[in-house]
Amino acid sequence: MGAIFIMIGASLLMAIGFLIAFIWSVKNGQYEDDYTPSVRMLFDSNSKAKQSTENKTTNNN
Amino acid sequence: MFAEAQTAQKHSCYHCGDSCNSDTIKHEEKVFCCDGCKMVYEIINDKGLCDYYDIEKNPGLSQKIKVREGKFAFLEDETVKNKLIHFSQGTQNHVIFYLPQMHCSSCVWLLEHLNKINGGIIKSQVNFLKKEVTVVFESNKVSLKTIAEILTSVGYEPHISLNNISTKSIKKYNKAKIYKIGIAGFCFGNIMMLSFPEYFSFGYLEDEHLKRFFSFLNLFLALPVFFYSASDFFISSYKSLKQKFLNIDAPIALAVVITFSRSVFEILTDTGAGYLDSMSGIVFFMLVGRYFQDLTYETLSFERDYKSYFPLGVSVIQEDLSEKQIPVSKLKVGDRIKIHHGEIIPADCILFLGKASIDYSFVTGESLPTEKTIGEIVYAGGKQTEGAIELEVIKEVSQSYLTQLWNNDVFKEDVEEKKTSFIHGLSKYFTYVLFTIAIITGIYWKINNPSNVLNSITAILIVACPCALLLSATFTNGNILRYLGRSKFYAKNANAVERIADADTIVFDKTGTITYQQEAKLIYQGDLLTETEQSYIRSLASQSNHPLSKAIVTSLQTFKPLKITDYTEIKGKGISGKINGVGIKLGSANYLGTFANQEQNDGSLVYVSINEQIKGCFIIKNKYRSGLTSLIPRLQKTHAVYIVSGDNENDKENLQHIFGRETTMLFNQKPEDKLQFIRSLQSQNKKVIMLGDGLNDAGALKQSDVGIAITDDMNNFSPACDAILNGSNFNKLTEIIQYCKDDKKVIIGSFIISIIYNIVGLYFAVQGDLSPVIAAILMPISSISIVLFTSISAWAFSLKLKNQKTDKSHV
Repeated sequence: MGAIFIMIGASLLMAIGFLIAFIWSVKNGQYEDDYTPSVRMLFDSNSKAKQSTENKTTNNN
Repeated sequence: MFAEAQTAQKHSCYHCGDSCNSDTIKHEEKVFCCDGCKMVYEIINDKGLCDYYDIEKNPGLSQKIKVREGKFAFLEDETVKNKLIHFSQGTQNHVIFYLPQMHCSSCVWLLEHLNKINGGIIKSQVNFLKKEVTVVFESNKVSLKTIAEILTSVGYEPHISLNNISTKSIKKYNKAKIYKIGIAGFCFGNIMMLSFPEYFSFGYLEDEHLKRFFSFLNLFLALPVFFYSASDFFISSYKSLKQKFLNIDAPIALAVVITFSRSVFEILTDTGAGYLDSMSGIVFFMLVGRYFQDLTYETLSFERDYKSYFPLGVSVIQEDLSEKQIPVSKLKVGDRIKIHHGEIIPADCILFLGKASIDYSFVTGESLPTEKTIGEIVYAGGKQTEGAIELEVIKEVSQSYLTQLWNNDVFKEDVEEKKTSFIHGLSKYFTYVLFTIAIITGIYWKINNPSNVLNSITAILIVACPCALLLSATFTNGNILRYLGRSKFYAKNANAVERIADADTIVFDKTGTITYQQEAKLIYQGDLLTETEQSYIRSLASQSNHPLSKAIVTSLQTFKPLKITDYTEIKGKGISGKINGVGIKLGSANYLGTFANQEQNDGSLVYVSINEQIKGCFIIKNKYRSGLTSLIPRLQKTHAVYIVSGDNENDKENLQHIFGRETTMLFNQKPEDKLQFIRSLQSQNKKVIMLGDGLNDAGALKQSDVGIAITDDMNNFSPACDAILNGSNFNKLTEIIQYCKDDKKVIIGSFIISIIYNIVGLYFAVQGDLSPVIAAILMPISSISIVLFTSISAWAFSLKLKNQKTDKSHV
C-alpha cells in the first residue's frame, strides 16, 4: 500500500509539468491568434520559389 | 454610362480577376486589366514569389485606382515614427500595419514573405482576423516610409489614421483569465481523482494514513483555486457591496467561502473529507462560462471615434510652393493644404483654389455632394470628389465643427454602468429565499438536535449555490452572441442583447442606413443609342414625375429637352410621345409588347422603343435596401418607428409609402439635433434603438439605449456603437430583435431546471445528511445539463434567424 503514495506523488508531478507547459504557452502568446496558424500550416515551404530562383541562376550562367 | 452587353470572349485579369475588355494588356502570356495589376505582378514575379498566384486564384486587388506618389512622406516625421513603432531594441523595430484589403490565404503568404522583397525586413507576421501585419525591420537598412510603400506596391496599402498615434494601440491580451481557468481545471480534475476512494468506500477507508494523505493533498490543491482562480468573484462582490448593491457574485462568493471553510475545518479536525471537489468544480465551470460569454469580437472595434476616420498625413504647401507631407495633428491655423481627389478634409478650412465638390454623406447625411465656391468655409470630414483643391486651415483638427460633437457630455458617461442585467435581480430573490430556508432549518435543528445546526446550515449554503444562475446566464449569452454573429449582427456584449430586448422604439437614419451607400445605379442594356435618340428619350422622360423617369432624366442630363407632341402617360405601364414625327415609348415590358428579362429582378426595368422598334431597356437598381418594405410594417407592429435624417426632404414621399403617413420623419438634422431627438424620446421613458452608419450619427448612437451601426463593408469605419450589423442582413432586424427576447426565456428556463436540482440537494442538506458523494454527483450533473439545455434552446431559437434570406444583391 505504500507504493500508492509514491505513484500518486509521481502522477501529480507529471500533471504539474503539463500545467507549467500550459502556462508557458499562454505566456508566449500562442493563443493570441488562433486563426492564422491554420492558414499558415497549409503553405508549401518555399518549394516553387526555390525552383524559380534556381532556374534564374542557371539561366544566368 | 451605357454598358454594352459583351458578346466577345471574356478575359479575366491574372492578378485581380476583374474582367478585361478589348484593350487588354499582355505580359508573358498572361492577361491583365490594367497597368497597375501588371506592375504588381512584375514585382511579385521578380522576387520569385509566384506562389502567391498558386495558392488562390486571382488573389490580387484591382489596381485600377492608383495610389498617389509621396503619400507616405509623413512617416518620416520623428513623432509619428515614435508613436507607430511599438517596440524597438537597438536598430530592430517592430511596427504593426492595418491592411483592410487582406482577404485570403494568398495575402497571408505574400505578406509573410516580405523579407524577400526587401532585405531590411527581418520578418513579418500576419494576424488574419485583425487584418494586421507585424513587421520587424532594421531601421538602418529600411525606413518606415519604404515599408509602407512596399506594401502599397504589392497592392496592400496600409490604413493609417489619426487614431494610431493618439491612443495606445496595443491592448494587453487578457491572459489572466486563461491562467485562472487552467489552474482551476487542473486542480478540479486532480481533486476529483483523489476523492474517488472517498466516494467508492462511502466514507469508510481502511487505511488511516491513506485517508489523511488524500485529504491533505486535496487541501493543498484547493488552495490555488480558492485564492487565485476564485479571486474575481471576491473582488467583484466586495466592490458591489461597498456600493450597497447585491450583484450576482456576492452569493457565489459566500458559497465558495463557506464550502472552503467547512472543508478545511473537517480535514484539519479529521471529521470528514470536505467538499473541495464541488468547490473547485463550480469555480472551474463558472470561469469557463464567463470566458465563453466574454469572447467578444476582437477584430471589430466598437469604440471608434472621428480619429479612426481621419487620415494621418496631409500635404501642406510651403512658402516655396513645394508640397510637404506632415501629420494632421501638426496642422496650424493659416497652413495652406492641398487635398487630392478622394481624400478627406481633416480640418475646417476656407477654399482657396480649385473646384470643390465635397461628399458629406458620411458626416452629415446629405446624399448629394456640396459645391463650394472660393472663399467659402469647408468643414472637416468631407471627401473631395473632384480634382485637387487648395485650402487654408482656419481651425485645428481637434477644434473643428465635427469634432466638437465629441465634447458632448454623452461621450463622457458610461452607459454600461447604469443598466444592470435582470439576472442580478433574480439572484437577489434567490439569496433571500435561501437565507430564509437556512434560518428556518437552523431554528428547527436548534430545537431538536443542536449538534446538527452548523452542519445543516453550511450544507444548505453549499448545495444551493446560485452558481447555476450564473452558469445559465453566461452560457446562454455566449451562445446567443455567437448565433447573432453568424447572422452578421455583432453585439458588443450580452448587456447590449438585453437592452435590445427591452426596447420599444426604433429610430432610423436615412443615408447609408436604409439606403445603400452608393446612389441608385442606372444601366442600359440593348442596342447602342445615337445622340439624337438619347435626347428624344430624355425629352420624353422629363414629362413624367415618376421616380424612374426622373432617374433616366438624371442620367441623360447632358441632352437638351425637345418639344413633345401627343404625350400620354398610363399609370403603372409607361409613357409615350412623338418628337419630330418619331414615336418614342418608355415603360414596362408588357406595355411595349415584349417579354421581361427574367434575370434582372433586383431593380426596375424600363424598356424603350423608337418607332415601335424595341431598342433595349434601362435597369434601375433600387436605392432602398431590399427587404425594407416588408421589414418596416413588421417592426411597426411591436415598436414605434421614426426617421431622423441629415439629408433634405426630397425622398419624403417615397418614405411615406414605406413607413406610412403617420410616422414622424425629421430631415436636415445636424448631429446634435439627432442626439437631442433621442434624448427627448428617452425623457418620455422610451427605450430607444438607434440605427445609423456615419459620423453624423455618432452622438445619437451613444445617447440611445442601444446604438446599432450598419455597414456594407466590415473593414470600413463605423462609429462607436453597441452592435454592428452587416447591411446584407438588414432585413433580418425583426428576427434579430425577437432572438434577443428569446435570450431571456432561455435563461429563465435553464434556471428553473437548476432549481429542481437545488430542491433535490436541499432535501439532503436540510436533514444534515449531505455526503460529499452526493454533492459531487449533483454539481457536475446540474452544470452539464444546464449547459446542454441552453445550447440546444439557443440553437432551436436561432433557426428562425437562419430562415430569413440574406440580401445578396448589393455585395
